[in-house]
Amino acid sequence: MRTALVLRINGVDSPVMVDPSRDLLGVLRDELGLTGTKEGCDDCECGACMVLVDGGPVNSCSYLAVQAVGRSITTIEGIMEGDELSALQRNMIVEGGVQCGFCTPGMIVSAQALLASNPVPTEEEIRIGLSGNLCRCTGYAGILSAVTRTVSEV
Amino acid sequence: MIFASAATIEEALEAMADGATPIAGGTDLVVGARQGKAPLPTSLVSIDRVSGMSGIVQASDGTRVGALVTHGALMTDARVVGPYTALADAAALVGSPATRYVGTLGGNIMNASPAMDTGAPLVVFGALAELRCLSGARTLPVADLWTAPGVTSARSDELLVAVHLELRPSRSGSAYVRLEYRRAMEIAVVGAAASVVLEVDGTIATGRVALSAVAPTIIEVEGVAGMISGLPVEEAGSLVQEVASLQAVPISDLRGSDRYRRHTVGVMAKRALSAAARRAAGEVIGVPVNRAIGVGSES
Repeated sequence: MRTALVLRINGVDSPVMVDPSRDLLGVLRDELGLTGTKEGCDDCECGACMVLVDGGPVNSCSYLAVQAVGRSITTIEGIMEGDELSALQRNMIVEGGVQCGFCTPGMIVSAQALLASNPVPTEEEIRIGLSGNLCRCTGYAGILSAVTRTVSEV
Repeated sequence: MIFASAATIEEALEAMADGATPIAGGTDLVVGARQGKAPLPTSLVSIDRVSGMSGIVQASDGTRVGALVTHGALMTDARVVGPYTALADAAALVGSPATRYVGTLGGNIMNASPAMDTGAPLVVFGALAELRCLSGARTLPVADLWTAPGVTSARSDELLVAVHLELRPSRSGSAYVRLEYRRAMEIAVVGAAASVVLEVDGTIATGRVALSAVAPTIIEVEGVAGMISGLPVEEAGSLVQEVASLQAVPISDLRGSDRYRRHTVGVMAKRALSAAARRAAGEVIGVPVNRAIGVGSES
């Protein structure tokens, strides 16, 4: 049975009609066209589907959309600062943290969550902050450098 | 699927009496459904916004940890990290930052995985579970909740609302150590928790040890207190290692053979006892022990 929900996504109230068993990832991508959030493992292992719910990191593949009602959701589309890339996004490019790009939205969202709660993390804290995100291209070094550079710029 | 969101414990209990299954972070329930382990229940009641279940409250007789306290809170809250450090060690090893942000202590307990991380620490603290239903409440040792993999003794209309932890005496310490292949998003190959109280001279006054992933449920190693009382820590550790391995009844699966698990759980038990004793003696070992001293390290 489909239910009418209003999800607050990137600051915009978005009405959707979905079955309550639908995961947030599917609703973001298929109902709302927000395809920046990726479906990787679909099993809570890879972090490609990471979004922020009330500022904290959530695997959207394994979170019911209906549970996000009344909470504030931020996807990779909401990370940009107006028409400009955020410092973290720019540094991912500068440091070679992006190759195929599939893990990149999830990496950036996880890093965003980390920096919001801990603006000056140690390298170990950065590694822990990104530990729920897998990348099969870069070997992680460029991604870590991108976060480190962003911290040093603040 | 029927979905309701409860704002109070009473609303949650009414939905459960009508057959609804409670969901908090969903990190086991939704993932399990996606993996095909068990389909999502036909009726769910969301409890993540229920008031009065997400606090950590200290009283004269101990600490009450609400069932909705997240792993992220458990691993950092001073009321847990100080007196009940093994529980913080365990919470810090669960999943990833995302799992720890929404995953709850109550969910970890009621999911009843034999490999759960928070279970062995709760057992060595003698934790009590507070269950509520529409007609009343009951309290039982957490260890009595688990009856088989994924099965608890709670009725389907009973909600775990809190866990009670007794006050710890002075010169006490605890630790949870696990053998793991990858730290994030992976479960224990085996794990062990220990709580100890030291005498003034540094020998063991008393202690308890419990094991993860070597039996159908979390098990407590029997006879530990009597066996190690009065012994130096090193000697107590060797005894605990031997007895833990003897009492383990592990299975073989993709993470390890039964023989491997039986051996390594003894090693983990010894390391947990050693780390617990070091903490009891006043040494600060960061949370989790696995990261602070390395699970492969004997030091």
